[in-house]
Amino acid sequence: MSYAIEFNHLTKRFGNHTVLDDLNFNIHEGKITTILGFSGAGKSTVLKHILGIYHPTEGQVKVLGQDMEKMNEGQIREFRTNFGMVFQYAALFDSMTNFENVAFPMKEFTNYTKEEIEEKAIGLMKQVGLDEFAFHKLPSEISGGMRKRVGLARALALQPKVMLYDEPTTGLDPITTHMVDDLITSTHNHNAHLPMTSVIISHDIAATLRISDYVAFLEKGKTVVHAPVEEFRKSDHPVIKKFIELST
Amino acid sequence: MIKLLKSSIEWLGRWVMSITPALGRFTLYAISNFQWFFRPPVRKRLFFEQMVFMGNKSLFIVFLTSSFSGAVFAYQIYLGFTAFSVDSFVGPIVAIAVVKELAPVFTGLVVAGRCGAAMAAQIGSMKVTEQIDALEVMGVNSIQYLGVPRVFATVVTMPMLTGVFMLVANAGSWLVGVKLLGIDEAIYFAKLGDFMNLNMLVEGLIKAAVFGYLISIIGTYQGFAVKGGAEGVGKGTNMAVVWGMIIVLIMDFFLTAILAKVLG
Ligand SMILES: Nc1ncnc2c1ncn2[C@@H]1O[C@H](COP(=O)(O)OP(=O)(O)O)[C@@H](O)[C@H]1O
Ligand SMILES: [Mg+2]
Repeated sequence: MSYAIEFNHLTKRFGNHTVLDDLNFNIHEGKITTILGFSGAGKSTVLKHILGIYHPTEGQVKVLGQDMEKMNEGQIREFRTNFGMVFQYAALFDSMTNFENVAFPMKEFTNYTKEEIEEKAIGLMKQVGLDEFAFHKLPSEISGGMRKRVGLARALALQPKVMLYDEPTTGLDPITTHMVDDLITSTHNHNAHLPMTSVIISHDIAATLRISDYVAFLEKGKTVVHAPVEEFRKSDHPVIKKFIELST
Repeated sequence: MIKLLKSSIEWLGRWVMSITPALGRFTLYAISNFQWFFRPPVRKRLFFEQMVFMGNKSLFIVFLTSSFSGAVFAYQIYLGFTAFSVDSFVGPIVAIAVVKELAPVFTGLVVAGRCGAAMAAQIGSMKVTEQIDALEVMGVNSIQYLGVPRVFATVVTMPMLTGVFMLVANAGSWLVGVKLLGIDEAIYFAKLGDFMNLNMLVEGLIKAAVFGYLISIIGTYQGFAVKGGAEGVGKGTNMAVVWGMIIVLIMDFFLTAILAKVLG
């Protein structure tokens, strides 16, 4: 089993506030892993280390076998095309149509022709189930659920090896939550040939149990448990029991 | 008395301490913006979009302010000068004031209010909705993508708008002076020719370009510096306008002094 992301004794302090405390676990390649925890546990901070936006105070993060701390700025920008990031509120560029949003990464980073980009962007929007009428509308003219789909299509544009989801279902109604969960799984399976690694940041226990292969539970900057989902479900760790209790 | 002095020095000290980090961040941003200007890819389309956007936002207001300020200025000068029968000087006096001062400063104030504010609002709302993060995560530098085209477009557009201001204000002055108040047209233009020179135009346009740079670098910085939600965007927009206008007025003094030395 190889690892897509490795945290080697990762510690992050802001001033003297230790947010990540000797974090030491690995994320399996080709699997869906959810990083779970109460708010303030340090989940987003972990995500920003994966993306190379934050820099470790101590320890090391390796993504696809590489340490971004050893790269220069240009290499980091290049390397980030390996990531597909889905933001909590989609973060679509509001001055562009949905189509232009999805085409944007290809325009920036590939030598595809205009026709190729158009074909691929439309293919991606169909893959995530976006209605055709929405293709050439502005993000502000479609629903939140639809925007999520566009954000997902945009994240997939450069065939990323690692998909990152920041709280994909927080604040959504139950039906849209299910839709997004299904979308995450189908995206993951659709790209199984890559193979794609999916990392989800969440505090939604039900969704986590439904779609994850692995769960890492973060508490005060440490991983309390990192286990396959079945094992996690049966965990008798008091904090996790409390978390499951509070969320159901 | 000493207590008052002490407390006001303390207040000043605290104020300096509180703006120093922001000033540092601002300087770093300005340097970074400058560096990214020279790095590929050149974003021509974004640059032209910004120019069109600025024109749309401010051309009409520049037109309005310039025509009326030229007209009213000519009127006032005429009223003062006609008593001494030197009303033929209305043309050059208005022209010199407009070209060297009024055009760049008024255009700067309009552009700070319209475009500097819009820059802070656009970039700020992109910041709070994570669109800036989205750019960065995709590997696109947000300063290069959003900051540089706006600054470059403003530096180029400000002299153009200022040129429009100069033309229209002088047309207003001519209309009031010659057509309304009856100054002899031939004399009006002869006096203009006697007193005007190219250096005045150069002075006005250089001021315009410098104001354009300052307004846009402040406007975009305030956008990137936005924190929090919609409230933060409002604050940033406000700061962009206030600081943009203050800087135009302060820098006008120093530029006048410097350019007087340089251009003679
Ligand atoms: N840039 C930063 N500067 C200072 N403190 C930070 C910064 N980013 C995160 N933190 C702190 O780290 C802690 C964890 O934050 P975060 O990773 O956002 O938690 P979560 O995403 O699990 O809710 C919080 O206490 C937060 O205040
Ligand atoms: Mg978070």
